[in-house]
Amino acid sequence: MTEPTPASPQAIEALRDEGPEAPPRSQWADVWRQFLRHKGAVLGGGFLIFVTLAVLFGPYIWTLDPQQLDIRNKDVRPIYTVLWNGDATVSWAHPFGTDNLGRDQLAQMIAGGRASLAVGWAAMVLSVLIGTAIGVAAGFFRRLDGPLMRLTDLFLSLPILPLLLVAVTLFRQPLRANFGPEGGMFILIVTVIAITSWMPTARIVRGDVLALKEREFVLAARSIGTTSWKIILRHLLPNVLSPIMVSATLGLATAIITESALSFLGVGFPSDFPTWGKMLADAVPRMVDFPERVMLPGIAISLTVLSVNYLGDGLRDALDPRIRGR
Amino acid sequence: MSTQPKRVRNRETDMKLKTLLLGAAAGVALAPAAFAERGSDGQVNIIYWQAPSIMNPYLSGGTKDIEASSLVIEPLARYNEKGERVPYLATEIPTVENGGVSEDLTQITWKIREGLLWSDGTPFTAADVVFTAEYCMHPEGGCAQRAKFDGVTSVEALDDLTVQVTFGQPTPNPYGPFMGGQSPILQKAQFQDCLGAAASSCTEQNFNPVGTGPFTVTEFRPNDVISLEANPNYRDPAKPAFATVNFKGGGDAVAAARAVLETGEFDYAWNLQLAPDVLEQMAAAGQGEPIAAFGTLVERIEMNMTDPDPSLPEGERSTVAHPHPILSDERVRRALSMAIDRELLVEVGYGQAGRATCNLVPAPEMFASDNTDCLTQDIEGAKALLEEAGWTDSDGDGIRDKDGEPLSLLFQSSTNAVRQDFQALIKQWWSEIGVETELRNVDSSVFFGGDPGSPDTFQKFYADVEMYANNFDGTDPQPYLSMYRCGNEPKPSTQWQGENINRYCDEEYDALLDELARTGEMSERTRIAKALNDMITKESMTIVPLVDRGRVSARSNTLGGVVLNTWDSELWNAADWYRIDG
Repeated sequence: MTEPTPASPQAIEALRDEGPEAPPRSQWADVWRQFLRHKGAVLGGGFLIFVTLAVLFGPYIWTLDPQQLDIRNKDVRPIYTVLWNGDATVSWAHPFGTDNLGRDQLAQMIAGGRASLAVGWAAMVLSVLIGTAIGVAAGFFRRLDGPLMRLTDLFLSLPILPLLLVAVTLFRQPLRANFGPEGGMFILIVTVIAITSWMPTARIVRGDVLALKEREFVLAARSIGTTSWKIILRHLLPNVLSPIMVSATLGLATAIITESALSFLGVGFPSDFPTWGKMLADAVPRMVDFPERVMLPGIAISLTVLSVNYLGDGLRDALDPRIRGR
Repeated sequence: MSTQPKRVRNRETDMKLKTLLLGAAAGVALAPAAFAERGSDGQVNIIYWQAPSIMNPYLSGGTKDIEASSLVIEPLARYNEKGERVPYLATEIPTVENGGVSEDLTQITWKIREGLLWSDGTPFTAADVVFTAEYCMHPEGGCAQRAKFDGVTSVEALDDLTVQVTFGQPTPNPYGPFMGGQSPILQKAQFQDCLGAAASSCTEQNFNPVGTGPFTVTEFRPNDVISLEANPNYRDPAKPAFATVNFKGGGDAVAAARAVLETGEFDYAWNLQLAPDVLEQMAAAGQGEPIAAFGTLVERIEMNMTDPDPSLPEGERSTVAHPHPILSDERVRRALSMAIDRELLVEVGYGQAGRATCNLVPAPEMFASDNTDCLTQDIEGAKALLEEAGWTDSDGDGIRDKDGEPLSLLFQSSTNAVRQDFQALIKQWWSEIGVETELRNVDSSVFFGGDPGSPDTFQKFYADVEMYANNFDGTDPQPYLSMYRCGNEPKPSTQWQGENINRYCDEEYDALLDELARTGEMSERTRIAKALNDMITKESMTIVPLVDRGRVSARSNTLGGVVLNTWDSELWNAADWYRIDG
């Protein structure tokens, strides 16, 4: 018989529970931490913030009027052209150059970004709201499913262009009278883009809701008497957030592009009101001589859309608890 | 179709024999006048970016078809590049002076050249001319050039070489039938079974017409390529200089321009609607040159003399019931015109394909008024004129006002890159004289669509000013000037159809129009037409002409003899084309 060897004091120290090292983390801190791990999303978010700030405060820093014509200074190349072509007409007064009527391209980019981003965001938010509402209603309430999905099919089969022409014809005058030519057209374009682009969101959301509402936690919630409204808000919506995010980012891109197509057809904003899409369309005939006039707005559209897509991707990962921490 | 090449070849050998005989006979008589030989210059390549689908202009209104067929079939007389009439198959142009047109202006008598032969060797007679009229005026024919024969009651052959056309009423301009590329003579022997409803089913005739022109069709592939060869029976034995023509259709204007100007594959390209800097860049390659000629197409700003205010009830907007609150004042219209720098507009939008103009009728030369006052921009003068009219900037916002109403205009046009550039420039100039402008551009198919249900058509004119281009057919401006008669304006009772877009109304103008319709003598007609033009442009500033727009085509540096003609087919003198060695 030997005395039991007392455990080593160090070992016991090591096993001692020292209590929490840090205060408990909130769910949103976790989301934020996960989001920061997605480099693309961080870069995308950063670019989006930069673009938004640039178009919001740009006009106060770069004070040239984007609509001011200066025919003597037409066709000025961007300042960087000097790097490979010493003879190019460049001017520090117009760092991005001027167009064929002498409008300053930097001022146009800023003003155009304002219009494009505003249309993009507004139309996207509106279309996501409509799409989610209809998708959730159709997925959750069996009786609404048939009619709402047929309505979705109906909207999917609408030819957008004739619809737009009719809408412009019918509503331009009253909207112009009440909100001015630009404001009226903004409301019209946002509305038309939104009501013709909510259908994919609605379909995706409906599919997910159909699957989710049969899951045990929804059943449990229902069994303790939770109202439908609460189930939707607490259990369904957070779970369908990721597909909504994805379609929202796609929607923003489509909205910017649709707006440019509209401007190109002449049913959009007045012709002297710059938007990125219109700058692009206007520059196409002289693309060979002045590639920058296509490149600058084109890159701006692409980068914005790309950054929104990455942001959406990062948010989806961050918001999904099953992916978080991996 | 499979037997066709054989048949054509048979005809060829047949014709060669005749050529030899004829050539021998004609060579004696005409040798001194000829310095070139027929068919000595090989092949000429022509590209039309709209492909011809038929060689019979009576069954197609398309310019491409009319021009392609003008290589083969000819009218009695054509318009030359100055818009003057020149005899082709006729010996002279009938006029009142030479007795060819009757004193009461109801009859015109054409004398045909002696000894004319069709390309198949048969003689050309007055019967063919009479038949052509019968062909187009057939009630079941659906003739595309029926308007040319408007008012014609009868066409008779007085003898083998004399044709008399009789009109139902005095016609000061009796040169509709058998004049110009739209109204050539068809061969009776070939087309006599193609009258009326049978016209469009005569494929062989419509694709390979027998003609009197410098070339004949050897192979016609609709909407693709036409192969032609020199007409062995052409009336001038030394012409045409080219033995064959390769007439290619299709593509787009850019590709056609490139084929002539940059790569040199083709000798002639038609109707190149491209921006001046784009054409210039291609021409720098040095293979060819763009050529421009001017017709009657004028880009203009139209002033609305009636009130388009949306608060007016529908059916009263833009009608004569409500005069325009701002533009009714002639001084405002004049100031708006004075602020515009037309030369700069030409430079930006048209280059050598445009000329600044102050005239609604810029051509033919004899009808063009010497009105050039508007060509100099005068911003200060415009400001002074607005001050005089009572428009002052009383609240200091840069926009003039009167009685609390700002001087603000809605300026609409169709969607087109050049037009939007023009709108932006004009808006800038108008803002310099204190006029606020809202721009609007409408899709062309809607703007020019004429739909009475749409608020955006140019006829409805629910805007203060609008910009577009218009021209007139032929060389006589009478119908064109008659558009601005009182009561001819678009209005609800006419389903918004009508040609007096400005809603202009002046009794004096109407009286002068009536006088023009009664006048047959040319110098008197030109005087009245100029007076009418001046009334509507420089005196009242109802129409503010901006640019006289030309037609641009391109020719290779090795193709000679090209004279661009906007009054007739561009290929009107293809018989005179030749190869420049170099």
